[in-house]
Amino acid sequence: MNLRHLLGRLFNHIDRPLAGLLALLLLTSIATVFSAANTSVDKLLAHLLNIAVALVAMIAVSHVPPQRLMQFALPAYVLGVILLIGVALAGDVVNGARRWLNLGIARIQPSELMRLAVPMMLAWYLHLKQETLSTRHFASAAVLLLIPVALILRQPDLGTSLLITASGVFVLFLGGLSWRIIVGGIVLAGAALPFAWHFLHDYQRQRVLTLLDPSSDPLGAGYHIIQSTIAVGSGGMAGKGWLNGSQAHLDFLPERTTDFIFAVFSEEFGLLGNLLLLLLYAAIIYRGLTLAALAPSLFGRLLAGAIVLTFFTYAFVNMGMVSGILPVVGVPLPLVSYGGTSMVSVLIGFGIVMSAASHKKLVKT
Amino acid sequence: MSRRVNPLLRLDLQRWRMRLMLGLLFAAYAALSVRALYLQGWQDDFLQEKGEARINRLQPVPAYRGMITDRRGEPLAISTPVESIWLNPREAQATPEQIAALAGLLEIEPGSLKKIFQDKGKSFVYLRRQLPPDVAARALALQIKGLYSKPEYRRYYPSGEVVAHVLGLTSVEDKGIEGAELIYEKWLAGEPGLKRVARDRRGNVVEVLESVKLPRPGQDLALSLNLQIQYLAYRELAAAVQQHRARAGAVVVLDAKTGEILALANQPSYNPNNRATLTTDRARNRAVTDAFEPGSTMKPFLVAAALEAGIVRPDTRIDTGPGYLLVGDKKITDVHPKGNLSVAEAIQVSSNVATAKIALDMRSEDYWRTLSRAGFGAPPYSGLPGESSGRLRPYDSWRPIEKATMAYGHGISVSLMQLAHAYTVFANDGWMPPLTIVKRREAVVGQRILSERTAREVRAMLELATQDGGTAPQARVVGYRVAGKTGTAHKLIGGSYAPDKYLSSFVGMAPASDPRLVIAVVVDEPSGGVYYGGQIAAPVFSRVMAGALRLMAVPPDAPMESWTGPNHAAPLVAEDV
Repeated sequence: MNLRHLLGRLFNHIDRPLAGLLALLLLTSIATVFSAANTSVDKLLAHLLNIAVALVAMIAVSHVPPQRLMQFALPAYVLGVILLIGVALAGDVVNGARRWLNLGIARIQPSELMRLAVPMMLAWYLHLKQETLSTRHFASAAVLLLIPVALILRQPDLGTSLLITASGVFVLFLGGLSWRIIVGGIVLAGAALPFAWHFLHDYQRQRVLTLLDPSSDPLGAGYHIIQSTIAVGSGGMAGKGWLNGSQAHLDFLPERTTDFIFAVFSEEFGLLGNLLLLLLYAAIIYRGLTLAALAPSLFGRLLAGAIVLTFFTYAFVNMGMVSGILPVVGVPLPLVSYGGTSMVSVLIGFGIVMSAASHKKLVKT
Repeated sequence: MSRRVNPLLRLDLQRWRMRLMLGLLFAAYAALSVRALYLQGWQDDFLQEKGEARINRLQPVPAYRGMITDRRGEPLAISTPVESIWLNPREAQATPEQIAALAGLLEIEPGSLKKIFQDKGKSFVYLRRQLPPDVAARALALQIKGLYSKPEYRRYYPSGEVVAHVLGLTSVEDKGIEGAELIYEKWLAGEPGLKRVARDRRGNVVEVLESVKLPRPGQDLALSLNLQIQYLAYRELAAAVQQHRARAGAVVVLDAKTGEILALANQPSYNPNNRATLTTDRARNRAVTDAFEPGSTMKPFLVAAALEAGIVRPDTRIDTGPGYLLVGDKKITDVHPKGNLSVAEAIQVSSNVATAKIALDMRSEDYWRTLSRAGFGAPPYSGLPGESSGRLRPYDSWRPIEKATMAYGHGISVSLMQLAHAYTVFANDGWMPPLTIVKRREAVVGQRILSERTAREVRAMLELATQDGGTAPQARVVGYRVAGKTGTAHKLIGGSYAPDKYLSSFVGMAPASDPRLVIAVVVDEPSGGVYYGGQIAAPVFSRVMAGALRLMAVPPDAPMESWTGPNHAAPLVAEDV
C-alpha cells in the first residue's frame, strides 16, 4: 500500500464539502483568537494544538460505524448519570456552583459528557423501539432526558441544562414526536414560566433583568452586555480591521478569547464580516442536516440531526448573548472560541455526523 | 426479514416537521441578522461614540511655573518635573513582595502601606508626592495593579532659608501661598493644557491621541533683590542675632534712588525646601508684617517737620535743663543730662527732652502731615503680602504728652519696611520713590515729601550721629560718609514698657554726599547685656553697607584724610530710652 492509498483510507469517511466549510470556520477562529489574545504567540500555538487534537479526534470518530457507537450509548449514559449523582453528593463547589467532581487523578465536569451522551442515549432508545414507536416510548425517552437535566439544573447550571434539554428535544422531534405533544409542551412551558421564575437563583434572575435593561447596573451585571454591544456596534459596516479593535485590545471586553470572541470578530470585521460568518454557519448546518438525512440508520440520522441542530443552538445562543438579545450564559461560540474541551467535543460531533452518513452498509445482526 | 422496513422510507421527515425546523432556523438567523444590522448599520455611530468615550479621556497637562530670579538673573525659585504616585485601593492587587518593594522605594512603613492597600472604601490615595521621575518609574515598573503616577512640578529654592521670606512658598498643588509666589501667582502660574489620551480599562494611558490645548508656561519673574547683598545681609543679621542671643531680627536694604528692595532678611528663618522646619514663628516676614515702637529713629522726622514749619533751624539752641521735662503729670527724661544743645546736636546725641520740647512748640497738624506724607500709618506697598500699616493716630486726638513722646518714637508704631522707606526722603533730597520687590525696567517718578533744604539739613545731622561724639560711631564705613540714626526702645508688652526688654535698631544711608543705599536693621530682645542700637544694630549696618557699596561699585566720598572705619573704641554716648 502506498502513502496515497493510506491517506485515502484515512480520510475515506470525511465529507469533503463539510470539511471544507469547517476549515474556513477554523481559519476564521485562528485569526480572531490571535487578535483577541493581543497577538500572543503562546496563545496562538495553544489554540492550534487544540484544533489539531480535535481534528484527529474527528477523523478517528469518523471511522467508528454507528452500529459500534450505539454500543456506547447506554454505558456512557449510565456512567454520566452516576457521575452527576456523585457531583450532587460530593462535588467541588466553584464560584457557588457544584459542577466539578474530583476523581483523584483529575477533576471532571460530568455535564460536559452528557452533552453527547444524552442525544446518543435517546437516539439509541428510539432506534431500539423504532418498529413499535408510540407515545409511551416518547414518554420514557422524556424521563431518560429529564434525569440528567434535573441533576444538572440542581448544580445549578441553567445554561447547560437548557442546552442538553434542547439536544434531547431535537432527537425526539426528529424521531417523530406528535405535533399535539409539541404544541402541548410549548403551551405548558409558557404557562410554567412564571413558576420557573420563582425557582431561579438570584444571579439567574439578575441576568435576565439585565438583558432587559443593561444600564440598570452598568458596572455589575450589565457590564458584559454593555461592553459587548458597544464593541459589536463600534465595528460599523466594514469593521475596524483585523487587529484594530480598540474595545477588545484595550481590555474593556471581558472573556474576549472565549465566550465573547464574537464581539471581537464583529468589531474588527463589521456587519459584512458578521453576515459572512452567519452564512458560513448556515452552510455548515445545511450540509450537516443533509448528511444526517443521508444516514441509513435511524440512530445515525437522529444523532447526527440532533448534533447539527445543537451546534446551531450553541452558535445562536452565543451570538445572541454577545449582541444582547439573549441573557448571559457561559456558552462558547462553537469552533471559534478558544478552549480545548469545546473544540474537541464539537469536532467529535461532526465526526459522528460524517460517520453516520458514510457507513452505508447495514451490519448483519 | 419481511418485517424490515427501509428506515429512509419509514422515518423520513414529514413535510410539516421539516418546515417547522427550517422555519425556526430561519427565525433565529433573522433575529441575529436584524440585531447585527441594528447595532452595526443603525446604532453604530452612537455605539462608536460610546466606545470612544470609554477609551478617550482628557487629561490635564501641568504648566511650567515661571522661574523667580534676582535682579541679575540668579535663579531663586525653579520648577522641576516630578511624579506623584497614587493608588486606587479598590482595584489594587499586589503580592506581599510587591508591597514590600514599593514601601522601600517610597520610603513608607510597609505596615501602613499594607493598610492603604486594604482600604477598599477609597479609590484615590496619594502614596508619595513629588518624587524624582526615576524613582517613580521604578515604582511603576513593579507592575502593581491600581498604582498610577501623575506628572507634576515641584518648586526648588536654591538659596534656601536666605531668601525664604521674600519668595514665600507654593502649595503641593503648585499654587503660591506666601510671599512673591502668592502675590505674583497669576504671572508665574501659566495655564495648564489638555491632552486627549487613549486609556485601557485599568486607566493606563496607552497612547496620546492629540494635544487639545498646549499648556501655556508661566512667565519668569525678576525680583529687585540682589542675591549677593541678600546673602551678606542675611549672614550679618544671623550672626548678630546669635551673638546677642536675640529673639529675632530683620534687615532691609533699599536702593535709595529707585525704591527697589535689594535685600530683605529676617531671623529666625526656615528652609523652604524642607517644610518640616516651617513654623508660624519662622515663616513671618517680620520686616513687613510686624509693627513696633521704633524709639529714637523717629526723631529726624520731628526735626524735619519743625524745620519745614520754620519753628527751628539746625543751630537753634535748646535748653534741656535738668535732664527732664514735665508734661502734665508725666516726666520725660534724658538719662544723661546734656545741658544746652543745638537741634543738630540733639539728633547727634539723641536727646528726648530736646525733641519733646520742639514737638510741644509745633502744631499737631504740621507734625502729623510730615509723618503721614513719609508713609507712616499706611502700608508701604512693597509688593509683598501681609504688610503692616503701623499706627499713626489722627492729630486731632493727640494730647500734649502723646505729641511729646511721639517725637522720640513712642505712641506710634511702624514696620521696618516703612521706616527704611521713610528714610529715602532724607537720602533723596526730599523725594520719596515708591517701593518695589520687582526689578524696575524704567525710571520712576517719586513724590516730594520735604524741601531739598530740609532733607539735606537733616541728613547732615544724621551724619553727625556716626561721628565720634554721636550715638553710632560703629556704623561707619571705611571710605564713605555715613548718615544714620540709632534707636533703642523698651518693648511694649501688654500695654506697659518692659524694663529689661529692648528693640535695638539703626537706619542709615551712604554715601552721605549722595546716598545710594538705605539700610534699616532691627534686633529684637538682645539678651547679651548690651542693648543700645549703636552697639547692636549699627555694626550690622556697617558691615552690610560696606559690602553692598563695594558690590555696587559705589565710589567713595569721604576725603582721604578722614578714611576711618567703624570706631568701636569711641566713648559710648548713651542713648536715651
